[in-house]
Amino acid sequence: MAEPLLRMSGITKAFAGVPALRDASLTILPGEVHALVGQNGAGKSTLIKILTGVYRRDGGEVLWQGRPVDLRSPRDAQGVGIATIYQELTLVPQRTVTENIVLGYEPRKPWGAIDWRAADARAREVLSRFGIELDLHRPLGSYPTAIQQLVAIGRAASMDTRLLIMDEPTSSLDEREVETLFGVIRALKDRGTSILYVSHFLDELFQVCDGVTIMRDGRTVGETRIADTTKLDLIAGMLGRDPDEIRAAGRTQLSTDQTSTGPVFLEAKGLSSDRRLRKLDLEVRAGEIVGLAGLLGSGRTEAARAVFGLDKVTGGTLRVGGREVRINTPRDAIDAGIAFLTEDRKVEGIIPDLSVRENLTLALLPRLSRMGIVDEARERQIVDGFIKALGIRTADMDQPIRELSGGNQQKVLLGRWLALEPKLLILDEPTRGVDVGAKLEIQSIIAKHVEQGCAVLLISSEFEELIEGAHNIVVLQDGRSVRRLNNPGVTEASLIHAIAEPPDDPHMEAAE
Amino acid sequence: MSQQNSLTGRGLGGVGEAPAPRRSRLNRRFLGLVAALAALILLNVVLTPNFLAIQTLAVNVSQVATVAIVALGMTLVIATGGVDLSVGAVMAVAGALAPLIFGSAWGQANPGLGLAAAIVAPLLVAMCCGLFNGSLVSFLGVQPIIATLILFISGRGVAQVLTNGNLQTFSNPSFTWLGTGRVLGLPVQGWIALGLTVIVALVVRKTIYGRYLLSVGGNERAAALAGTPVARVKIATYAIASTFAGLAGLIDVAINSASDAARVGNLMELDAIAAAVVGGAALSGGRAPILGTLLGAVFIQLVGYTLIANGVPDEATFIVTAAIIVIAVYLQDSRRRT
Repeated sequence: MAEPLLRMSGITKAFAGVPALRDASLTILPGEVHALVGQNGAGKSTLIKILTGVYRRDGGEVLWQGRPVDLRSPRDAQGVGIATIYQELTLVPQRTVTENIVLGYEPRKPWGAIDWRAADARAREVLSRFGIELDLHRPLGSYPTAIQQLVAIGRAASMDTRLLIMDEPTSSLDEREVETLFGVIRALKDRGTSILYVSHFLDELFQVCDGVTIMRDGRTVGETRIADTTKLDLIAGMLGRDPDEIRAAGRTQLSTDQTSTGPVFLEAKGLSSDRRLRKLDLEVRAGEIVGLAGLLGSGRTEAARAVFGLDKVTGGTLRVGGREVRINTPRDAIDAGIAFLTEDRKVEGIIPDLSVRENLTLALLPRLSRMGIVDEARERQIVDGFIKALGIRTADMDQPIRELSGGNQQKVLLGRWLALEPKLLILDEPTRGVDVGAKLEIQSIIAKHVEQGCAVLLISSEFEELIEGAHNIVVLQDGRSVRRLNNPGVTEASLIHAIAEPPDDPHMEAAE
Repeated sequence: MSQQNSLTGRGLGGVGEAPAPRRSRLNRRFLGLVAALAALILLNVVLTPNFLAIQTLAVNVSQVATVAIVALGMTLVIATGGVDLSVGAVMAVAGALAPLIFGSAWGQANPGLGLAAAIVAPLLVAMCCGLFNGSLVSFLGVQPIIATLILFISGRGVAQVLTNGNLQTFSNPSFTWLGTGRVLGLPVQGWIALGLTVIVALVVRKTIYGRYLLSVGGNERAAALAGTPVARVKIATYAIASTFAGLAGLIDVAINSASDAARVGNLMELDAIAAAVVGGAALSGGRAPILGTLLGAVFIQLVGYTLIANGVPDEATFIVTAAIIVIAVYLQDSRRRT
């Protein structure tokens, strides 16, 4: 076996006395695509940040090409040939493609000015290696996320990178873009670049990775060739459970009992908004989960935004609990008993510097205060209850929420809405970017509230989640609700068919 | 890390704050400021003649009070992610109005009522300035720095028109008490500044408004989605800042028994921002270290006093103040990164 490019062993790291890594190790061979998997909070990000010089390790050893190294800053890491493509892109959207590719390494003319001709040539060459052709002088931000990501990869590849770290590279890509990305990854691998690939989408790993390291609770618990393992084994390793037990339990926790639905709570008729929602017909009953399915841009999120008072309603009627209402602001919606867990946790969910406690009670504050003063004793009691009930892993309730893992942040936000005891809970991709364990927990929390009579409107791009979880699925195309599928009986094939089929097909007309 | 956490957590618990571990990093900053202040006082005890005299304390308190009062409001505005450049101009407006009211024929005929009106009316006018600023920011989406630039420019002009551009001197002992009176041996405006600090600190920590303020500054979109009345919170904040500025304007005029529209509150916006930044405020919003702001103002004041009392020329104090701000910003940056 060749000498490993990277060998990290016995790595430990603690934050404020709380261990994040207890005994982590990672070995990457030259020219290998290596997957790193684990639940949120398992220590993947911490390990990567130690590798890229963002954090200093407390203990353990890092060997780079067989020699011990101590990377003190991201600059050091870049110096030895480690580059990172983050989930959130770190390029400059206002500047051109060329400028972004050569940023910080601009070719110079003898007297110091930037040689733009050479810069363009370099950018063109970098992109052509991956078979991409772009207008080099257009602002990078005018291209779709997928292209921006490829430019970021191209930039990294052009800088003599030995190890490229990709953190959730496919979370914002559609299927075809994922294929392009995989092509690029294979091309990089052929040139001898190693890749560390972090993803929650386990299926992808089997397509593109060679080896895999599994982490749990700050430790490396398994390392194997991808060919020698299965998806179920990976999940079992991440959760620390027995594979057979999981096989028996099914893969989602949303399967609900079909009989216990109550009166109609929310009814939309011909609802349209000033933002891409054209005609929404929708009915959600108490104790029922209604799924919203459709392609990206079909108006799923826009439907939720209109109901919640975020987008201006321009036509149609909305009835809540049998009465026609006008909802103009989120506060109106909240007062009507509606809660909305948004898709983008970072941008629309957490207040990063505030504590878990303050984040969890943000929507509840008016009910927690008298004469404008917050009843902190009651607040602490409520928060304590939710931390226990939702299994939120936090040092204590006064820890800033930004220090929590993604899955735990999501649980806090779910708690923010459940604390209001809503009659309708709108969930927009509630388990995206969340690890398998937290996902099952979140799904079972939702199922419990549905049993108690809460209505749920579930937006999800995961067919499995919709098919197993929803009583009914409303399919959207182009801002219109085109058909409604009733469970049981929906299969992945029938759902895909409904999403893709043009609405004027007489065989698929809405069965209501 | 863990040791420091428990230490600082307990340390501040004694000052009357909830011993919450999450405040520990803010507290480390706060304790640093306290330590720097203590060192400065110690230095003065050794170096500066008569430093421990009550008169020295009174001079410093009377000079720092107006900056501190304005800086409190500024800290709230900064916590929303904004900034208020108009505070100095608002001081001038309030300061110009007061003598006009108690000096008018009606004011002289009804001295009691006249005095009350000369305090309340300028504060109301100042508050309206804040409502104007806040509305521009909230409803029209104007950048705070531009929105408050409008009154920064026009406010002082209005004050000068009100006074015909003249220095107005007056003699009204009741009003002048605001700036020259003593309570328990110390200037009355010092007590006002201290009282307001305690009130604002409690408001930020205990009330729903305080919680909303930090969430709006921390992540406005998320706050709006959780039902926070973002526009109301911002408008209220600018109104508070302007009202405080108005009060500082009254005190300034009372100290001098004269209102000079061209001078009252001149450059005050910068002093207030400096105090807030040294006290630990972040211009990106989401944090409102109220006690820190008070200490920041006191610290800057005391540095200036130390230099002047020891014969360093005036000009040098500006350079030292600038250096302090650089250090404060550096500390803030490094704190965020770790």
